[in-house]
Amino acid sequence: MRRRDFVKLGAGIVVACRIDPLWAFQGRGQLPRFNYPTDFNAYLRVGGDGRVTCYVGKVELGQGSMTALTQLVAEELSVAPASIDMVMGDTDLCPWDLGTFGSMCIPVFGPVLRRAAVEAREVLRELAAERLQVPAASLEVKNGSIFDPRDPEKTVTFASLADGKAITRHVSVVPPLKDPASFSVIGQSLPRRDATEKVTGRAKYSGDLRLPGMLYAKIVRPPAHGAKQIRVDTSAAASVQGALVVRDGDLVAVLHEQPDEAARALALIAAEFERGAAAIDDLTIFDHLVSAAPAGQQIVGQGNLVEGERAASAVFEETFLNAYVAHATMETHTALATIDGGKVTVWASTQAPFMVKTQVADSLGVPPDRVRIITPFVGGGFGGKTMGQQAVEAARLARATGRPVQVAFDRREEFFYDTFRPAATMKLKAAIDGAGKIVLWSADVYGAGEGGAAPIYDIPHQRVVVYGGWQAPAPGLHPFGVGAWRAPAFNSNTFARELLIDRMAASAGLDPLTFRLNNLSDPRMRRVLQTAADRFGWVPSKTPSGRGVGMACGVYSNTYVATFAEVTVDGSGQVRVKRVVCAQDMGVAVNPQGARTQIEGAITMGLGYALSEEIRFRDGEIADRGFDTYRIPRFSWLPKIDAILVDSPDVPPSAGGEPAIICMGAVIGNAIHDATGGRLFQLPLTPARVREARMTHL
Amino acid sequence: MVSTVSFTLNGHRQRLSVDEDRRLLWVLRTDLALTGTKFGCGHGSCGACTVIVDRRAVRSCQTPVGTLAGKDVRTIEGLAPADGLHPLQRAFIEHQAYQCGFCTSGMLMAAYGLLLNVPHPSAADIVQRMDGNLCRCGSHTRIVAAINAASREPGGRS
Repeated sequence: MRRRDFVKLGAGIVVACRIDPLWAFQGRGQLPRFNYPTDFNAYLRVGGDGRVTCYVGKVELGQGSMTALTQLVAEELSVAPASIDMVMGDTDLCPWDLGTFGSMCIPVFGPVLRRAAVEAREVLRELAAERLQVPAASLEVKNGSIFDPRDPEKTVTFASLADGKAITRHVSVVPPLKDPASFSVIGQSLPRRDATEKVTGRAKYSGDLRLPGMLYAKIVRPPAHGAKQIRVDTSAAASVQGALVVRDGDLVAVLHEQPDEAARALALIAAEFERGAAAIDDLTIFDHLVSAAPAGQQIVGQGNLVEGERAASAVFEETFLNAYVAHATMETHTALATIDGGKVTVWASTQAPFMVKTQVADSLGVPPDRVRIITPFVGGGFGGKTMGQQAVEAARLARATGRPVQVAFDRREEFFYDTFRPAATMKLKAAIDGAGKIVLWSADVYGAGEGGAAPIYDIPHQRVVVYGGWQAPAPGLHPFGVGAWRAPAFNSNTFARELLIDRMAASAGLDPLTFRLNNLSDPRMRRVLQTAADRFGWVPSKTPSGRGVGMACGVYSNTYVATFAEVTVDGSGQVRVKRVVCAQDMGVAVNPQGARTQIEGAITMGLGYALSEEIRFRDGEIADRGFDTYRIPRFSWLPKIDAILVDSPDVPPSAGGEPAIICMGAVIGNAIHDATGGRLFQLPLTPARVREARMTHL
Repeated sequence: MVSTVSFTLNGHRQRLSVDEDRRLLWVLRTDLALTGTKFGCGHGSCGACTVIVDRRAVRSCQTPVGTLAGKDVRTIEGLAPADGLHPLQRAFIEHQAYQCGFCTSGMLMAAYGLLLNVPHPSAADIVQRMDGNLCRCGSHTRIVAAINAASREPGGRS
């Protein structure tokens, strides 16, 4: 942010913090793979009315970031949360941010924001010291006031310090963040700040914004990925009263002041496409992922596999598969674009407004500073809203028509252009010795990516090689777009690992909990397993016990999770999950109720990829393009859910949005095996696969 | 065919000159600027667009506006009484029964329709009647708890 830009934030104290990215990651043991800017990274403004405005590039997707980030600022700045206003995801007002994904709001961005608040507090303390003629060190800051505890006369509010002035200053020494033991706002279940807006229908999403003269666009779409537009006859559409047909290169759209009329006109357009060559489908994809795999990357190498095999008493080799799955957010990709005096403004449902800004600027061929992305409430993301196709299309059409244009995908477009969680083929080999210790682990992971591929158990000899994944997939590997899907790669790799672990436990003649604990020394993992087992009422038994109970565990970005489940399986192979107990150690939970809501949500969402969600396709054509055939979890699927936050005050706030979903495929797979004796190797665990597995077993 | 359609909307008489085949969802969102009712799928298979017509929950994306003549329509904007929030809305806040909030209007109106017709629903009633309303964030258990709590409140069923 340049100095002149401060002016538009208005009067008040502006605290601009120069954040050293190395500082922000202190204690996390790892640096992020991307580069946070080393310039100003977080801004707080204290207004003359005493209100604090916090500008962050993060977005409220439903995960509660607006509330939790407020708590971080309130804690360090020592003001009431209610006096803080959040401005989120506006590229003209907020500091750069990579995007809202990877459960990074709290563990990665949190320390940055907290440090900004600490510096703001210290600037205010210095100003108060000057005003009150008292040494800064003798002043206390509490609830928006600064006072000398020995002299009640000497009190000044943030509001009066900020009154009418625009002050930018830094303190020379920034004190450390508060110690968790002294937290008074962090760790409280503050009610969500978006509550009233969301239960009254007043919350504005991108599709809810209206501008004078705006048009709604419907766009001619290909029937299949890889299909090329040959000719488009728009004459019938143009005859619909009020319809405006626009061609901008390959982008052919019909626009209207009514979205339903635009859709009606679109249906009158006759378009011809040339299909791509016949290619893969949802059955052949798993071999394709192996044969077309890019070069492997070894992410784990330790010990010597030959030695491991020598120590083995039993060796297991299995291949695990999982299907492409959709994000299927309730809000489809939506954007409203307007161009005014050369400035392009786009309100977009996106998790990554700054990436979308670049995309729009590149697409229109304008400098990035002529593009502003504003992110209203977003109706779910889960990794599916990082690409800004709809924003680019809206901007192009706004330029072509000279009017504000909304592009809102319908549900079929949403399923077609989704960046699916990739299908994956995971070839695993592992071995145990006579004492039930795992002595060898070898994994070749195709398509999924590396998240969760490294085994979490104590294994002397291990090797993991990953061939392509959700991130920057090799051309031709996947027949359509893929991308991050809530805890990317972890769902696939945890499924494969934890099923193989159960298999080895059974072979060793051990209860699966005992087997896991025998092979785990990490105290945090042992603790979540034991905590969940106790709450679940785990009674040790070899599998299959016929009870239909199972477990799985994993680590996601410093958050430990263990999940137990109970299922029933009927004669048709239909699985019903009766009960799920999940223990999560996420360090300090900034907002415990919010954290539990995330765990429950992850468990419920995870039922889908575990049991039913699967994109079927052939030759670039997506077969499942609606909720009629793409079945996501419903009320009638609900298990009883018990989400436990393991108290962990010595661990800094860690990932919360994703971890609990990673065990869902595995825990259900293991519970089905315990119920039926059938072994499953492919997600989703559909009735047909469950039936077939049972027959194989018999 | 364009004609004049009159109905009651959120307690007020509404008179529209409109193509009677147009779906209520789009008339609400575009012509009347009532954007609390959401588009989720356009096929009646997600429930995001649920509104109340004559005390029954219906899918506004499937409802031709011409069929509403003389009927009583209530949307999320008309759920709260003038002096505060409906008990269902308070219960949704209390139970944190939403995350992204996009399905919430439809959830609330479906729940309202349920309570209008089944004042004291069992958990099984709630699950059965809400089953067509989809939520991707996974707030289901909290939604059931919130509806159950609201049904015990005075005024929860009106």
